[in-house]
Amino acid sequence: MAEDEHGGELRTANSSDRSGNSGTAIIAADSFEDPGHPEHGHRVTDSDPQKSNNAQRWIVGLFWFSLVASIFAIAAYFIWPIDREDITSVRWNSLFIGIGIAFAMLAVGIGMVAWAKYLMKDEEMAEARHTTAGTPATQKRAVEIFAQADEESGFSRRKLLRNSMITAVLALPLPGIVLLRDLYNGNNESPVKLLHETMWDEGVRLVRDPSGTPIKASDVTVGSAFHVIPEGLNDLGHDELLNAKAKAIVLLMRLPEEKLNERPEREGWSYHGIVAYSKVCTHVGCPVALYEQQTHHLLCPCHQSQFDVTNHCEVIFGPAGRPLPQLPITVDNDGYLVAQSDFHEPVGPTFWERRNDYNV
Amino acid sequence: MSLATKSRSSAKKSRKRSRRTPLATAALLGVGLLLSGGAYGAVDTLVANAAEDAVEVDMTATETIAEGEALFNANCATCHGMDAVGSDNGPSLIGVGAASVHFQVGTGRMPMQMNGPQAQVKPVQFTEEQTLQMSAYVASLAPGPAIPDAQYTQADGDAAHGAELFRINCAMCHNVAAAGGALTEGKFAPELQTVDPVHIYEAMQTGPQNMPVFNDTNLTPQDKADIITAISWMTENTNMVGGYNLGGVGPVAEGLFIWVFGIGGAVAFAIWLTSRPN
Repeated sequence: MAEDEHGGELRTANSSDRSGNSGTAIIAADSFEDPGHPEHGHRVTDSDPQKSNNAQRWIVGLFWFSLVASIFAIAAYFIWPIDREDITSVRWNSLFIGIGIAFAMLAVGIGMVAWAKYLMKDEEMAEARHTTAGTPATQKRAVEIFAQADEESGFSRRKLLRNSMITAVLALPLPGIVLLRDLYNGNNESPVKLLHETMWDEGVRLVRDPSGTPIKASDVTVGSAFHVIPEGLNDLGHDELLNAKAKAIVLLMRLPEEKLNERPEREGWSYHGIVAYSKVCTHVGCPVALYEQQTHHLLCPCHQSQFDVTNHCEVIFGPAGRPLPQLPITVDNDGYLVAQSDFHEPVGPTFWERRNDYNV
Repeated sequence: MSLATKSRSSAKKSRKRSRRTPLATAALLGVGLLLSGGAYGAVDTLVANAAEDAVEVDMTATETIAEGEALFNANCATCHGMDAVGSDNGPSLIGVGAASVHFQVGTGRMPMQMNGPQAQVKPVQFTEEQTLQMSAYVASLAPGPAIPDAQYTQADGDAAHGAELFRINCAMCHNVAAAGGALTEGKFAPELQTVDPVHIYEAMQTGPQNMPVFNDTNLTPQDKADIITAISWMTENTNMVGGYNLGGVGPVAEGLFIWVFGIGGAVAFAIWLTSRPN
């Protein structure tokens, strides 16, 4: 056993050889008697050649079925092509390709497992432990080989050659770093600044999403809810538009004036019961837009936060941490609703650098 | 996949085959359920279609308004008060307009059966003619939103534009596939797939229950017609892509399905992988 260098010797179960060697950690006075393996029960496929043949036939059938299913998946790609004019074609295409691939993979998997379970040799084996380290002789020889390789290659001797090679190898990733340098966030504007500023500003008209038409205060009847974007948003390019819209979306509602409990410092922020609040949930930023016009509650559909519009959208239920930011609004000379300023606090969820002293 | 027989002993002969496989029972059950459910659905549709006959009522005629007043006093005044001025039990109907009455009564929400989170859809209590008479009476008390022109409820508008408006204004409550959704404290936004286009239009205009109002300056009549078009398109083409939509209600149903059948299948395979072959 101790001289065995190449893996443990395989022996059938219930062998009584318990002699320790340098690699085994056997306590001599083991209080446990090794119970050995339970009696081996033969499978029906071992004892009945008929069943064994049957099982083999099944498994061969599965493999062939898998082959057929693979070919079917390829054929389906051509039989049910995706027609750009007909949306239902997508359904048939993906359905039949998917069925083909699914059955192909399932049948191979089931077949392989069945082969292992029912036909491969079914004998329990015990493998004795052995040391993993080589003999001292082997270790010494290995060190010699390394030293010899160093000597022959001159890796230690020719320092200039070696260091030049190491330098060259270290320079290999540089092109990739330069080409993909945009992944580094340091060049972009600070997220703090980005989140503090939206497109809203003094005199920016509130316009309808998506048409971009301005809204007269008289259009907003009691009980109405308007989905609002800042004027000029639709003139932006696609990517800028989406980024700007994500911060600037606003819900405009009109409540009976006596329902609003406005704090003195925010008295001027609404216009005859018309209030505008950021549509970005302060929990994780879903669009809050489920407005119940009789209870005056705003719901967030993602995690059920509720905001009370009559009390400056304070949180009355759910995980949101802060009230929704209010957009101060008024009307311009033509009677159209405009913003008095940008939001007085960052919209959306809390972030690390967010100050917590926004009072207004 | 009878790779292994059920018996532990190798010598045992295979059992006599039973008269039916267990699969036959399941299949029979499935067919029976399908047939009975389908028959019920068919009868339901027939009954519903029979109720929808076009009625011509002159909304401004004196006798129409008189008829409506009589009906109102008999059926509605208990809560809404004489002359519709409202009471402790119900709001005033001054200025709600014909559209509101036609929606509330036409969908069976009114007369309300019981106080609850919101008025529920019930079997309609009045004929279309009686509903229109009551609408005419309430409209005669004060001006309000009128019953929409038939041209806006034909579902022949611009479905793509309507779908965009639907996603912005409606989908958060009524679900992106118009399958409905929950609100707070037992209130809910109903599904729109089986709602009459006239009622969808009137609901947008009058904001029943907790629904916000979408007046004609917010969504023009043509916008509303486009939204109705989009809803009817979604309803008709509900299964065009993606196969079975599990009611179109989104992650809850889909999650339940994959947890039961997906993980159930994985568990079944794990049990088979680790079982002792007999």
